Amino acid sequence: MIEIRALTKRYGRNEVLTDFSLSVARGESVALWGPNGAGKTTVVRCLLGLVGYEGSIELDGLDVKKFPKATRQKIGYVAQELSFYDDLTVLELLDFSADLRGLDAERVDSVIDEVDLADHVDKKVAELSGGLKQRLGLAAALLPDPPVLLLDEPTSNLDAQARDGAIRLLDRLRNEGRTLMVTSHHMEEVGMLVDRVIGMEDGRITIECDPTDLAERLGIRAWLQLVLTNGSTQAAVDILTEAGFTARRNPRGVLVEVPAQGKGRAVATVQHAGIEIQDLEVWR
Amino acid sequence: MTAATQTTRDAISERPDLRLIGIIARKELRDAIRSKWFWLWAGAFGLLAAVLANVALPGSQVSEFGNFGRSAASLVALVQIIIPLMGLTLGAQSLAGQRESGAMRFLLSHPVSRTEAFWGTFSGLAAALMATATAGFGAAGLVTGLQGGGANAGSFVRIAILSWVLAVTMLGIGLLVSTFTNRSGAALGTAVFVWLTFAFLGDIGLMGTSVATDLPVSALFFAALANPVEAFRLASLTAFSGSLDVLGPAGTYAVDRLGDRLEPVLLATTALWAIVPAGLAAFRFNRSKDL
Repeated sequence: MIEIRALTKRYGRNEVLTDFSLSVARGESVALWGPNGAGKTTVVRCLLGLVGYEGSIELDGLDVKKFPKATRQKIGYVAQELSFYDDLTVLELLDFSADLRGLDAERVDSVIDEVDLADHVDKKVAELSGGLKQRLGLAAALLPDPPVLLLDEPTSNLDAQARDGAIRLLDRLRNEGRTLMVTSHHMEEVGMLVDRVIGMEDGRITIECDPTDLAERLGIRAWLQLVLTNGSTQAAVDILTEAGFTARRNPRGVLVEVPAQGKGRAVATVQHAGIEIQDLEVWR
Repeated sequence: MTAATQTTRDAISERPDLRLIGIIARKELRDAIRSKWFWLWAGAFGLLAAVLANVALPGSQVSEFGNFGRSAASLVALVQIIIPLMGLTLGAQSLAGQRESGAMRFLLSHPVSRTEAFWGTFSGLAAALMATATAGFGAAGLVTGLQGGGANAGSFVRIAILSWVLAVTMLGIGLLVSTFTNRSGAALGTAVFVWLTFAFLGDIGLMGTSVATDLPVSALFFAALANPVEAFRLASLTAFSGSLDVLGPAGTYAVDRLGDRLEPVLLATTALWAIVPAGLAAFRFNRSKDL
């Protein structure tokens, strides 16, 4: 569905993408994962034809440079910066977007319901919170019922509840057979949404793997917060330290550093010592 | 995904689509009409035009023009200050502002080409500027008509149309300025500088240069045409007085040299000024690599 070959992009003398090649199958979901400045957003902007580039990009067999309108017709896009026309209301903005795509008002109503924006349609875009703007961005992206969704940090402005809702929605969209390209910093999100992770740094692909392997491949470690029964905290710290973990007491119980894919062994170590774990949380 | 959207997708053409230009133009016009600045400009222009018409009409014989002539000359003076400022600032802030805020990326993430985005923006803003000019001329025309100055309605309408052309010219130049920067503030500053150059410094500079360098009369006339505001003024003066004698030697030279071709030459010059900057702005916007 998406074929990127030898993509190179320079802003002045600064090369932000270097010989970047990627193939995404129809219906596949891929995450571009990496730190700020890795070039993730630039890949997305190249796909939309918003910036000039060297190399070639084809979307559904169409060259993005030669057929910019036809390729964009197949894409729903949520931008990272969530910039729209601030003076328009939510409804006016979606009507405008629908008009540009030749869609009718019924489709607008349907999308408003889909992203739960019905209570906010008369608000001006400038008055929306970051979370509502993100939902508006998703609504605009979904309007054309596109086969390809490009989502640039799609949940970065959402609170935990809204983020869960957005991830459920995106998961459903993926299961409908759309091709998804997501840029993200959130490992949990990547794990839930995509089939393949493309790690990027300095405009190059540094790693390509299954999302479940990402943390392990990158050597990322997590912290496990164990909430224990009264009086067992120090004992748990001692047992964990003896087993090779880095553990310390904190006001809620014990905090233990674990490999991203090896949390179960720390839990098992504490439980085998007869200490009851009342609750646990994972921090990254 | 539905079959209907699949069909729409497959049918899309890469050629400029007037329907899309119209949709973008309507949005731009609606935005302008909602802006308090639009109403402030339109109100101020209408009010000043009405006042000038009222002051100029009663029986003073100071000017060699008739009552209508004085009214029209006042309006031309007002137009050559206000319309360029409006057109330049509106145009300059438009593309740069949308690029700065990221709204242009939102627009161009749709199946819309840069050509369509540019001409849609241009058309909407041009319509807003023309509406403002019409408000001013409407107010002045009403006052003139009520005081019995309706006999020159034809000339009045021609000047109104010339003010539309000036508005479009300045909008084009403003948009051209806008293609050089992504920062709205920088575009606005440049636009104000350009306005000062056209509205004041051009005139004064031309006079100063002619005195200092002993510029020939012919060069003075053609140098005046290099300033779109001057070109508008010359075309307007010709429209309501039929001559350029009031401009002194340069005007006399132009009338003697061009004769019956004077008015077509002036109209062609204003038309060129309307077309060239907008065309250049469209070209630059189309060729800009990054948004």
